[in-house]
Amino acid sequence: MTYGGNTSCVEVLLDGEVALVLDAGTGIRALGLDLVRRGVREIHLFLTHLHLDHLEGLRFFAPLWDPDVTVEVWGPRSPVLSLRERILRGFSPPLFPIDFRDVPARITFHDLPAEPWPTNGVSLSSDLVLHPGPTVGFRLAAGGSSVAYLPDHEPALAGIEGRSPDWVSGGALAAGVDVLLHDAQYLDDEYGSRIGWGHSSVDDAVAYRRAVGAERLVLFHHEPERSDRGLELLQDRARELSGGDGLAPELAREGMLIDVA
Amino acid sequence: MELQRQKHLVLILAREFASNLSTPTLLTDADGNLVFYNEAAESVLGRRFSEVEETGLDDWLAGFEARTLDSQPVPPDQRPGRVALDQRRPSHLRYLTTSVDGVEREIEVTAFPLFAHTDEFVGVVVIFWRD
Repeated sequence: MTYGGNTSCVEVLLDGEVALVLDAGTGIRALGLDLVRRGVREIHLFLTHLHLDHLEGLRFFAPLWDPDVTVEVWGPRSPVLSLRERILRGFSPPLFPIDFRDVPARITFHDLPAEPWPTNGVSLSSDLVLHPGPTVGFRLAAGGSSVAYLPDHEPALAGIEGRSPDWVSGGALAAGVDVLLHDAQYLDDEYGSRIGWGHSSVDDAVAYRRAVGAERLVLFHHEPERSDRGLELLQDRARELSGGDGLAPELAREGMLIDVA
Repeated sequence: MELQRQKHLVLILAREFASNLSTPTLLTDADGNLVFYNEAAESVLGRRFSEVEETGLDDWLAGFEARTLDSQPVPPDQRPGRVALDQRRPSHLRYLTTSVDGVEREIEVTAFPLFAHTDEFVGVVVIFWRD
């Protein structure tokens, strides 16, 4: 498998001994082992939402089992239950043998603030975006560079083109970023029967990139059934649609390193 | 560079919802700024939405005289949009109004507040019902 099979997890590599992690899909298991190896003791985990493919790796995140580790978990507010209550549902029997109170690491939960805030040299912004249930996207900016992370996003439901950016879901987060990691799960002919599921077609991902003026589009949230060859055909389609706009779109792949310095 | 903030997702969804309705519908944000009305509302309000800037609801209401069915003036703070905005509760009223075409019509107006969370008021929906 060239592009990997784990679900969403991205580390923002910074100087120093603090880790910033976006989402806790199954990819966080290998990352956790790496953080242990690197001796990282302070981790900030930012969750776009709590669907299982963005959370199921947390229980297998090795740093949680070290009492000297601090984990700050940030996520979207829910109209009903707190972030802590929602996460703990999956962290107790019968879904998991160990109760959360027995996890040794020091873990605290925070609702994401409404305004941008600085953390470890990075300015972080979040905003609610179109996806079923409370879901956010993130924008990270530092030293004149910026990245937007919108892994699960269906902006076409409320329109992408022909409206001002403040009326486009995630439009402010993604405006003019150097790198846009964006949902492109479906081919256009697949999307028609999946409207409202919360994910984008590759055509819409390219249109969105054009609407927000992002320089580089990284195609994210691959359809699990798609082969490497199928993914490459999807990438070909994105490049064909992009024409000469910005850098050629590319598929996200496991272990991919994106330098935005 | 200061980035322009996105409208609240609830407003974005409300706009998309309204834009697909044949019922005249108007949206304000939490500050009472008129941020959208649909094509059906253009015939009530007399102007295309694309021709107007975001403006305060009161400025708009001032352009539409409202009278009770026995021809008494309806104070601005008793009009449904204003009630939903100020008191954050739904409101409904049948009244007489003179539209931009100069014709007096009986109209019913329903307004209700939008809350993203119980403590997060994001705007108001105003719906105009005509025969």
